[in-house]
Amino acid sequence: MNLKKTMLITAALTSTAALSAFAGSHGGKTATASGEMLGNTCAGCHGPRGNSFGPAIPTIAGNAATYLSDKMKAYKSGDAPSSIMGNIAKGYSDAEIDAMAGYFSKQAYKPMAQKHDAAMAKAGKKLHDKYCEKCHSEAGTLADDESGLLSGQWMPYLEYSLADFQSGAANAPKKMATKLKKLHKKEGAAGIEKLIHYYGSAK
Amino acid sequence: MSNFTRRNFLQVSGAAAAATTVGFGHSVLAGSHGGSKGKVVIVGGGIGGATAARYIKYADSKIDVTIIEPNKHYYTCFTSNEVLGGNRSMDSIKFSYEHLKKMGVKVIHDVATVVEAKQVVTQKNGKVTFDKCIVSPGVDFKFMHGQTAANAETDLPHAWKAGSQTMLLRKQLESMKDGGTVVISPPTNPFRCPPGPAERISQIAWYLKNNKPKSKIIAIDPKAKFSKQGLFVQGWKKHYSLGEGKMIEYRHQTAIEEIDIKTKTVVAGVDEIKADVLNVIPAQKAGKIAFASGLTEGDWCPVNHKTFESTKMKNVYVIGDSSVASPMPKSGYACNSQAKVAAAAIVAALHGKDAPHPSYVNTCYSAITPTDGISVSMVYNFADGKIGKVKGSGGLSSADASEEERKRTVKYAHSWFTNITADSFGR
Repeated sequence: MNLKKTMLITAALTSTAALSAFAGSHGGKTATASGEMLGNTCAGCHGPRGNSFGPAIPTIAGNAATYLSDKMKAYKSGDAPSSIMGNIAKGYSDAEIDAMAGYFSKQAYKPMAQKHDAAMAKAGKKLHDKYCEKCHSEAGTLADDESGLLSGQWMPYLEYSLADFQSGAANAPKKMATKLKKLHKKEGAAGIEKLIHYYGSAK
Repeated sequence: MSNFTRRNFLQVSGAAAAATTVGFGHSVLAGSHGGSKGKVVIVGGGIGGATAARYIKYADSKIDVTIIEPNKHYYTCFTSNEVLGGNRSMDSIKFSYEHLKKMGVKVIHDVATVVEAKQVVTQKNGKVTFDKCIVSPGVDFKFMHGQTAANAETDLPHAWKAGSQTMLLRKQLESMKDGGTVVISPPTNPFRCPPGPAERISQIAWYLKNNKPKSKIIAIDPKAKFSKQGLFVQGWKKHYSLGEGKMIEYRHQTAIEEIDIKTKTVVAGVDEIKADVLNVIPAQKAGKIAFASGLTEGDWCPVNHKTFESTKMKNVYVIGDSSVASPMPKSGYACNSQAKVAAAAIVAALHGKDAPHPSYVNTCYSAITPTDGISVSMVYNFADGKIGKVKGSGGLSSADASEEERKRTVKYAHSWFTNITADSFGR
């Protein structure tokens, strides 16, 4: 699916989502909460509609539903390390996780303006193009890549994530693990830092 | 809410925000409110009231939403312990109603005295009518042993509502001599913010360790145990010292029996303890208006757990600390979560629909030091007509968490603070 088409569908879904979630009638004994109702419980930590204003907590709005869903399921199973997300994720069925992921995927992603070093960001762009662009295309701005939005994501959060991927505390996808290793070998810790400044430079 | 300061009437903010077109045709209430989808009046502009207002406007901006709140600013009780520890400014926990007003929410700065069928009585603005009313007044206090609402403002702060008393307690700590004794008395259950007293002890211990290391804290707790106890005790032993004659001494199942206000001497058990700073946190009950309006049973307000509608009065919804939402704790996060459930139920009802199936979460962080954070969380569902914990979910952060993880947890706590206040008051 191309970007334009996705955006159109997203817009159409968004305009009806709020109303259906609030006004939807749920008869029967197997009632479950809507994606929006479930998603609302996340906003206290992840910000209104999943756009975080707190730099240690990632924005989850606008990411691909499959990406969000996979991540939550990894927290639930313990595959992804966490201090608190594992405990939260265990509270939801896979169907509920899919529903909340669907809800957040339809919320507009707001890149966060952050203090960054322009020279490092410039160098980071080159590293991104070389090591990351293949899966996080167009600077990591396309939800369709299903690989997590990077541009405008919070730098401290990215720092934590990349540190965990490198230390082995978190399992990166195979290709990513290989690329990260190569990048680190060639550019050192400064290379990772440059990447983070690049993502933080997005407007 | 007995200690509201009186404020002059502030002009009600402008007209509701630009309407969005929604496909509901004629609302059941459209006729009575000149095209609006109904009128909601919210008593209390804390986390519950502010969140509910925002989420009602999110869902349908045509609904007329008014908050009645005496104060022009709200100081969050959560995170106010960091002010006591010298790790945060009062300004950073201060929020206004400007963003809510921009959404079209009207704010009347006045004291609501009683909720009647279809109207709220105020001190200066007469009666404000509603189709649906949300009551979110927070807690009120059961003062004992000579502590009163008045002397809590001048001499014996409980500081269990943030604001002037937080500043007073901080000033008392600042002017205390090195070698002084701080006595903290946590309340009996249930009360607002169960891990709050232990976090307060931690933050004050941080301040004393770095500024007045010969001083000590004695906790006098009527309860046998407290929230996150294992993690706090571990942290106190690691960063401070715990036990008789140490920096922190915690006495369980001991109640204050007497207070000599003049000398700040308390009688507890067999001991008389002379405090330099005395912080007695009284036992709690629902906000005053809940009692005046007949919304209570015992000390708190029973509600339908699917909608938070009062079981005592139709069309009135009680959320947050005043409601009985057990097993959810009385916390800011729980209140924010409940506000969204009530908002969804009210919006549905105003459109003639059934309330949607609810979902709730609580998340709570505590900072033992500026680099040692712990957390507790829980996911709740609605089953068999009541709120229940989702089995297997939630729980405490690990006692074996690495230093890096604990450091990150404080960062998460601060980001959580930024986000929950943005979610409640806007930004």
